[in-house]
Amino acid sequence: MSILGILRIALKSLARNKTRTFLTMLGIIIGVAAVIAMLAIGQGAKKIVEDQVNSMGTNVIQVFSNFSQSTVRAGAGGGNLLNMGDMEAIRDQVNGVLYVSPIYNTFGQLKYEGKNWRTGVMGVDADFFLIRDMKIAKGESFHSSDVDNGAKVCVIGKTVADNLFGDIDPVDKIIRIRNIPFTVKGVLEAKGQSVMGGDQDDTVIAPYSTVYTRLLGHRWRMMTIIVSAVSREQIHLVQQDILELLQVRHRGTTSEEFMVRSQTDLAESANEVSNTMTILLASIAGISLLVGGIGIMNIMLVSVTERIKEIGIRRAVGAGKQDVLLQFIIEAVSISIMGGILGIFLGTGAAKVVSNAMKWNVAVTAWSVILSVGFSMAIGIFFGWYPAKKAANLNLIDALRYE
Amino acid sequence: MPEVLLKTIGLAKTYQMGEVQVQALRCVDLEVRSGEFIAIMGASGSGKTTLMNLLGCLDHSSTGEYILDGIPVHKMNDNELTAIRNQKIGYVFQSFYLLPRTTALENVELPLLYCHKCRLRERHEKATKALEIVGIQDRAHHHPNQLSGGQQQRVAIARAIVNDPVFILADEPTGNLDTRTSIEVMNVFQQLHAQGKTVVLVTHEMDIAMYAQRHLTFRDGRLISDKINPNPKSAKADLLKLPKADAEETT
Ligand SMILES: Nc1ncnc2c1ncn2[C@@H]1O[C@H](COP(=O)(O)OP(=O)(O)O)[C@@H](O)[C@H]1O
Ligand SMILES: [Mg+2]
Repeated sequence: MSILGILRIALKSLARNKTRTFLTMLGIIIGVAAVIAMLAIGQGAKKIVEDQVNSMGTNVIQVFSNFSQSTVRAGAGGGNLLNMGDMEAIRDQVNGVLYVSPIYNTFGQLKYEGKNWRTGVMGVDADFFLIRDMKIAKGESFHSSDVDNGAKVCVIGKTVADNLFGDIDPVDKIIRIRNIPFTVKGVLEAKGQSVMGGDQDDTVIAPYSTVYTRLLGHRWRMMTIIVSAVSREQIHLVQQDILELLQVRHRGTTSEEFMVRSQTDLAESANEVSNTMTILLASIAGISLLVGGIGIMNIMLVSVTERIKEIGIRRAVGAGKQDVLLQFIIEAVSISIMGGILGIFLGTGAAKVVSNAMKWNVAVTAWSVILSVGFSMAIGIFFGWYPAKKAANLNLIDALRYE
Repeated sequence: MPEVLLKTIGLAKTYQMGEVQVQALRCVDLEVRSGEFIAIMGASGSGKTTLMNLLGCLDHSSTGEYILDGIPVHKMNDNELTAIRNQKIGYVFQSFYLLPRTTALENVELPLLYCHKCRLRERHEKATKALEIVGIQDRAHHHPNQLSGGQQQRVAIARAIVNDPVFILADEPTGNLDTRTSIEVMNVFQQLHAQGKTVVLVTHEMDIAMYAQRHLTFRDGRLISDKINPNPKSAKADLLKLPKADAEETT
């Protein structure tokens, strides 16, 4: 008998029990949907992380004091708080360092002609723009001379520009940060949201000297250092050298008291999050496919018992064992593949919802579709085999006499 | 003399029922020639169905030889028996054994589905032809549950002849039918016989056996008598003598 003919018989018998067939498919539907969503979301997340990490600049290393350690040690007078000396030492003494900049973070109320906006203000060196690969969309960035002079200038992100200026060109306008007038020298190119969901364009960047003296007011001097290495290969060595240098400079501290993180470290930890999610979805998919497969096997066994007489009749008029075997396997595979296809739709839908909610570019690839269809087919064959074998090996006379 | 179509030598079948061995068929020697119309009789449990199952290649014999159309069937494996069933034998069962929820035409096509040479168009043609032969072509698209017993048995006969088998086996084909319908079915068998088919049928009613040319009688699994029926009845003539039945059955 031709495969097509057997397929027709299989579909007909499945159509006879639509509800049962659908319920049987459910496990496969959920399993395949999870696989599709998992691959799509995983891919999307990976891409986002990559873009984010790349948007942080090239070969970036960040140096922080480990905050919890520093508070513990603050009483002991020493401390692991970073200072300008550390920055200069890193610049001058560590091999493979291209640029270095301190970062002071603070908050401030911004004002421009009656409009208000509250946001973070970063004090950095002019090289910061090179380290972070920050481009200026309008105007220009500030220069090292501005840093040396403690000039009251700044560069603003797009969100700040939109909220304070609307349609007005912000370049060379004067805004007030905590009532201190700063001249806007440029507007940064928009970067959008970060992995963590924060708005990267909601920022003001000013010379660190100015921020330090005018805005920090000598009270809060927590400083971090941002470094770029000359090449990707050097990153690890530079990290180690910086850590050693800091321990020498801050006598009595341990390596735990400083964090020297590179871009790749961040990428790894971000990937870890997305891997955890992938594993979670993969186990849902796996369990649900297994349960779905067992469901198929169960229904096929019921179906074989219900149709013992039919099997006997078919065998009596010339159906071979192979024909019966194939008929039931194709029936099982039809269930699993239909389930797979419905699962692909459901999974694609879920991926779409996630991509809309998270503003990620979640894509269902042809590869993942092929994988799911192949996988559901394999499940159909695997779990359909035993019932089909049972049907094929029925004793012909017994099958005919079965009531 | 026409050629010998099938021949059994010492054919026997023993069923194992737990501890007990049931000798359903003991040492049957039989010859059937092409074009014969044979009725097999005997009490219930005398081994008629067992013999039919062996002749129909539905089951393996325990001992003995069975040669069908020159083929030593007792030496064949399952796959070869399947092919013989499909190509050479038309089997009609007492309770019809039609597939439910399947049209008469599709039921008749069933043996052709498992015959690899047969194309779709040819299948329809052959099945339609077979339905015409048994006189039920107007019910081709009815399901079994929409047909009367006599009509169902005709569909089953059409299925048995669709592959143009070398002989037709029928195990109590009229067992579930009333008198008139029984005679109608026998009429179909007589017509097939007239067209040159070899027919072997089981019955325990003498009235039905009288339509056949030769009577085999079984008792306790043994063939105890083998007689020629000197003047077989004509089912066609008997039907004319009977009062007209309800319209449905006369179609
Ligand atoms: N599948 C079977 N298993 C065990 N015993 C069987 C089986 N089929 C038939 N028999 C026994 O074999 C004997 C002959 O049965 P059967 O050929 O069906 O008789 P008949 O058709 O003449 O009524 C009976 O005693 C019956 O009980
Ligand atoms: Mg019987």
